[in-house]
Amino acid sequence: MNHAMSAKNVSDLHQVSDRLSRKFTRNISERLIEAVLFAAAAVSVLTTVGIVYVLVSESYHFFQHVSIVDFLTDNQWTPLFDDAHYGIMVLVSGTVVSSGVALLVAIPMGTVIAIYLSEFANPKVREAAKPILELLGGIPTIVFGYFALLIVTPLLQKVFPELPGFSLLSAGLVMGIMIVPYIASLSEDAMRAVPMSMREGSYAMGATKLHTALHVVVPAAVSGLAASYILGISRAVGETMILAVAAGMQPNLTWNPMEPAATITSYIVQVALGDLPHGSIGYQTIFAAGLTLLLITLAFNIIGQWMRRRFREAY
Amino acid sequence: MQALTTEQIRALIARGKMKDTIFQALGIICLAIGLLVIFLLVGDMLQRGMERLNLDFFTNFASRKAAQSGILSAWVGTILVMFVTAMAAVPLGVAAGIYLEEYAKRNWVTDIIEINITNLAAVPSIVYGLLALGIFVYAFGFGQSILSAGLTLALLILPIVIVSTREAIRAIPAMIREGSMAVGATRWQTCRYHIIPYAMPGILTGVIIGLARAIGETAPIITIGALTFIAFLPPVPFTGEPPAGLFEWVMSPFTVMPIQIFNWTSRPDPAFEINAAAAGFVLMVMVLSMNAIAIYLRYKMRKNIKW
Repeated sequence: MNHAMSAKNVSDLHQVSDRLSRKFTRNISERLIEAVLFAAAAVSVLTTVGIVYVLVSESYHFFQHVSIVDFLTDNQWTPLFDDAHYGIMVLVSGTVVSSGVALLVAIPMGTVIAIYLSEFANPKVREAAKPILELLGGIPTIVFGYFALLIVTPLLQKVFPELPGFSLLSAGLVMGIMIVPYIASLSEDAMRAVPMSMREGSYAMGATKLHTALHVVVPAAVSGLAASYILGISRAVGETMILAVAAGMQPNLTWNPMEPAATITSYIVQVALGDLPHGSIGYQTIFAAGLTLLLITLAFNIIGQWMRRRFREAY
Repeated sequence: MQALTTEQIRALIARGKMKDTIFQALGIICLAIGLLVIFLLVGDMLQRGMERLNLDFFTNFASRKAAQSGILSAWVGTILVMFVTAMAAVPLGVAAGIYLEEYAKRNWVTDIIEINITNLAAVPSIVYGLLALGIFVYAFGFGQSILSAGLTLALLILPIVIVSTREAIRAIPAMIREGSMAVGATRWQTCRYHIIPYAMPGILTGVIIGLARAIGETAPIITIGALTFIAFLPPVPFTGEPPAGLFEWVMSPFTVMPIQIFNWTSRPDPAFEINAAAAGFVLMVMVLSMNAIAIYLRYKMRKNIKW
């Protein structure tokens, strides 16, 4: 009996160690898989490192030729002429004006749509409207560029006969339409996250829907709204094709939306279309412009994240 | 405070209701403008481009004569670039999503990856083009090829794929994992046989939305210096002499639909506007149908799955 039991134990032991050894190889393959998955997640960090490396290293060569003071204060941008000037403000002015026009369209429209969808619309309307907004947001920007150049500009010329064929105004208006879906859907998410009890409290005091929306829901969701506006701004600043097609590509230091002008992004496109030799100063200007663009969008992202934390209302 | 008379209260309520109605009308008008833009855009391109939309348009190369121009090299290029993009972005994005949801510990490395993905989604697409110009085109020596373009767009849509994968995985209740692990499955076996299959529709939706975004991206591809006049096709994929010949096509110069449209809209001759309209219509049909499939998939998913 005793003997038999110990024999059983021995065979058990054998099996257990078998299982253990299988578990060992299994552990190794589990570890390997985890490492591979981690590597995939790390690609996104590598992308950021790559972006910063490329922009900074090429801009470094550029800034050895051109002083940063000239870059920021010169009021001409003529990098491809014999008499070369590198005043980035010329391109920044185009970017600021076109983004300003876009935001004047996108922020009111996006906010109104968001308030309507979250506070007024019945579920059926909401179900139908969300796909429309998504489709609008999915339209390729080159198609929007076509729209701005061949449909919106001629329409605007009927109102303002002196409007040139390329203008920041028509590009900016179309850019605004493009940004509406982003602002609307993010703002709506923020407002829907406001607890129902707050609205019920307001209704119980006899407030109308509009009063509740504007004085209870919007203040409560203000951090989300601000974040959506900031995202809208960085979309507008980074938008390229609409401006390249419809705003003309001549550098022009102007604050007037009725004029054509190049922006940071459309300048990069213009240079990339020609064939500048790799390593020339003209080639390096697009990286300096790209770095400026990245810093502007980064600044807005940081402001956005700060605002979200600063004005967050927790319930 | 002075008490209001019934009439005054009624007037107050009526005013409030009126404001509500006015605002509702405003909301509907704003939505209608969005819808109107879509219709105007598609309608105008269809109307203008109608005369070009025939079989020849799809089988001709771009030409100096507007009437004989076609989009053969553009649509072939778009399909090949999208293939490379999908091959790169889907495995990477899904793997990263699985890692972040199922494996990652709460530590600073994970925090960095997460913050990084959020920030990458806000980087302008043209900056990805500059990255690709510096890294893929010159440092890696891929040149202005289908491979460079495909990888650039893959990096661009990676955040979209990662975020949708994570959302799909997060929707799977913990009991599924617990059940799987209770019968002795490892973490990877749980992912392989439970998490990935159940998250599949959500992942697919994200991938389609990502590809629909990539298909219309113009700026990064222009930035890597893709030629705009291409009157030839890349070698047919996977048919050349193995092993090197199989992948000859990825190093080929190319053009894609949005670049062809940009090229045509920037010509002074208005005859090319018709081509741009026709090509734009084709591109819109591609993008809108991809988005529609994604929206339908998500709708269907929400109806079917009840954990």
